[in-house]
Amino acid sequence: MNENTLRMTNISKSFAGVHALHGVQLELHSGEVHALLGENGAGKSTLVKVITGVHQPDTGEIYLNDQRIHLGDPREAAAQGISAIYQELSIFPDLDIAENIFVGRRPTRAGGLVDWRRMYREAEALLSSLGIHLNLKTKARYLSIAQQQMIEIARALSVNARILVMDEPTSALTLNEVADLFRIVRRLREAGTAILFISHRLEELFEIADKVTVLRDGGYVDTRSMDGVTQEDLIRMMVGRTIKDMFPKKEVEAGEVILRVKNLTRKGSFKDVSFELRKGEILGMAGLVGAGRTEVSQAIFGVAPADEGTIEIEGQSVHITNPGQAMQHGLALVPEDRQHHGLVLPMDITDNITLPRLTHFTSRGWLNVKDAHGAAYQAATQMQVKATTVWQKARELSGGNQQKVVLAKWLSTNPRILILDEPTRGIDIGTKAEVHHLMSDLAAQGIAILMISSELPEVLGMSDRILVMHEGQVTGLFSRSEATQEKIMLAATQAV
Amino acid sequence: MTTSEKSASAFISLAPLRRPFLSKFLRWEWFLVALIALVVIVNSRLSPYFLDVQNLFRASSDFMEMGLMMLPMVLIILTGNVDLAVASTLGMTASFMGLLFNNGLNIWLAAGAALLLGVAAGFLNGYLISRLKVPALVITLGTYAFYRGMAYVMLGDQAARGYPASFTYIGQGTIPGTPIPFSMVLFLVMAVIFGLVLHKTAFGRYLYAIGNNQEAVIYSGISVPRVKVIIFLVSGLMSSLAGLVLAARFGSTRPDIGGGLELAVITATVLGGVDINGGKGSMIGAVLALLLVGLMRFGMGLMNIQGQVQSIAIGLMLILSILLPNLPQIFGDQRSRWNRRTLMLLAVAAIVVIAFVWFFSWSRATVFALQGA
Repeated sequence: MNENTLRMTNISKSFAGVHALHGVQLELHSGEVHALLGENGAGKSTLVKVITGVHQPDTGEIYLNDQRIHLGDPREAAAQGISAIYQELSIFPDLDIAENIFVGRRPTRAGGLVDWRRMYREAEALLSSLGIHLNLKTKARYLSIAQQQMIEIARALSVNARILVMDEPTSALTLNEVADLFRIVRRLREAGTAILFISHRLEELFEIADKVTVLRDGGYVDTRSMDGVTQEDLIRMMVGRTIKDMFPKKEVEAGEVILRVKNLTRKGSFKDVSFELRKGEILGMAGLVGAGRTEVSQAIFGVAPADEGTIEIEGQSVHITNPGQAMQHGLALVPEDRQHHGLVLPMDITDNITLPRLTHFTSRGWLNVKDAHGAAYQAATQMQVKATTVWQKARELSGGNQQKVVLAKWLSTNPRILILDEPTRGIDIGTKAEVHHLMSDLAAQGIAILMISSELPEVLGMSDRILVMHEGQVTGLFSRSEATQEKIMLAATQAV
Repeated sequence: MTTSEKSASAFISLAPLRRPFLSKFLRWEWFLVALIALVVIVNSRLSPYFLDVQNLFRASSDFMEMGLMMLPMVLIILTGNVDLAVASTLGMTASFMGLLFNNGLNIWLAAGAALLLGVAAGFLNGYLISRLKVPALVITLGTYAFYRGMAYVMLGDQAARGYPASFTYIGQGTIPGTPIPFSMVLFLVMAVIFGLVLHKTAFGRYLYAIGNNQEAVIYSGISVPRVKVIIFLVSGLMSSLAGLVLAARFGSTRPDIGGGLELAVITATVLGGVDINGGKGSMIGAVLALLLVGLMRFGMGLMNIQGQVQSIAIGLMLILSILLPNLPQIFGDQRSRWNRRTLMLLAVAAIVVIAFVWFFSWSRATVFALQGA
């Protein structure tokens, strides 16, 4: 096993006068998992792009094993053994696993014919070195995201990656899949790969990382050993201030029952789901990805109505077959997939915020654009959306700000019942805290909140009661005081 | 400390985005205006008859039926759908009117019945599309054949003719005391109404939103099926209105009336800058494109260029119009906005020059050939 060290010093990079990075340093050693931490916009992605040769730094040097190297483009980086696995996987859905691993570099025999047998043999060897057992002829489209990710890791290894950058590899994975991924990451570490690991989930880093480098506003903050820091320390380093209470949950006296769901069933998705939601209450919905929580929320909101069961709002049985009717009953849903369900990305902030109640801004049928902009401006200001103007396209905003726009959109409909599906997934820690504050305030105003979240600390920290689902059925209901991480996990996995 | 100050000041403003002055002229509509100006200049130098007001108005009535069907087509293509059945609806409803008239019904009652049939035909399209969740292309391809077939069933191989002068006025007549055709006024009034609905109402915003992301619109509580039924229904109505105008202009109806117009309508819409994938475009752009196609055809007609050659020219233009906005992607440089803009400018300039040279030399050659002969 040969030692490799990637050292970057005094890296600066600006785009059109904006400093994305200034004076950043980083040292990666083989056999080490190095976490890169920072809020959105802190410069993590830019640094990753410098490492992988997508961007060239304005100043600063990069050394591989004390030899200065120049990474002019991603191919040069790959030639130096640097590979990256991005959030957006580059998988070809209609090629099989082996073809995906060797895409663009299929082994050939004399005459340029593809040496299929060698390709499958090598793919097999690669996967088993990672401890993965899959049928190599499976088309990638039938794999889970986690499996696709592993294929990408195998692809990186097949080009002898010595340094592997993983950009938020866990953001789309379930807990079990994360465990599998970590097993592979540890294997790679033992095999002497240097791994740069980016994640928003702090708890994970304590589990997997050896060192951590924190960036803030494009600048270098510090590099520490993970043994010597606490979660609090990391947050302080990231945001430059302490978030004393990560979860600003206010104690609210729960009011009367506003939503009662009884025996809700949709074939193939969920079965016999029953629960009550009170005014001023935050009901957390925990479970693994695919447990049917999103489907239940879609049934309540009328996107995909249930086959059986009843929904009562304030004691009245209601029949909701489309989101328009749900809105009339005072429901709002902030969907999990904000880019596809929450926002119309090519349209501006005003259009997005006003879309559900556009008819309120018409007089005699004509749209009053000024009123719409004014209302959107107010809603966006209240949510502290960071953008140039309300005329800006939603596509141009960061993930956290996009989520704020979706929240502004639904809060401006004045809902009585707010369903939040993964409200803080993939957004930076500062915005996350703002969203938590907002939820707490809304509950204090008497709004009933149903919060679906796969992040256990969030569920535990924000909920008054916690409902757990497993494979389409409710498997647990805990009060705030009795809930623990273990109890929820047990109910979510039904592991006895 | 600095971070908290920063977050407090980095807020949002109500003011419109400030875009560079030049970029305002990079809009597709301005490109169309430039092309129209070019066509007018070239043609007026080539033929003394081109700028004759009487001629222009007379020629314009050839395009008004197309225009009437283009207006709802803009709405439909904006949502990412397409209506292939417009010309067949035109044929079926005009034939229906002819059939009723042949059987002795009053022409205006027959016309009213034709409009109702058009509404029904459009409703059927919209209903099937939203109910069966099948792409509009498939459904309207089916009704394209079905409605045209119905036209033949109604009239067979005969024609309806002998419409009273009061009826043929809507296709042939002019506003008294002026050379302005009635059909043009009808089209312009309709264009203003459609433009206002598209750009000044909530319904218009829904169309853009559906074209960009239908799912998000459904999640926002808007009934997308209803919107689709409405636009296809309106398309049916406007197609049958176009059928009345066309039948009035011909003074007779045969079951093949208006055949092939659907492609001309879609061409004008796309040339007008309406994205075939939905979500982008404007009513004024489509109207300008119609004007451009009309002027090109009229100019080429004056120079005795054959209809097929005219079609080739307009086809080329359509391909260029789709190619042009996508040139930057095709050449692959998306790294900086500046580059994209420069490339776009260069492409526009290049196309204008090429179009000019090509148009000019070709037209000249034709004129010389004619003079020689």
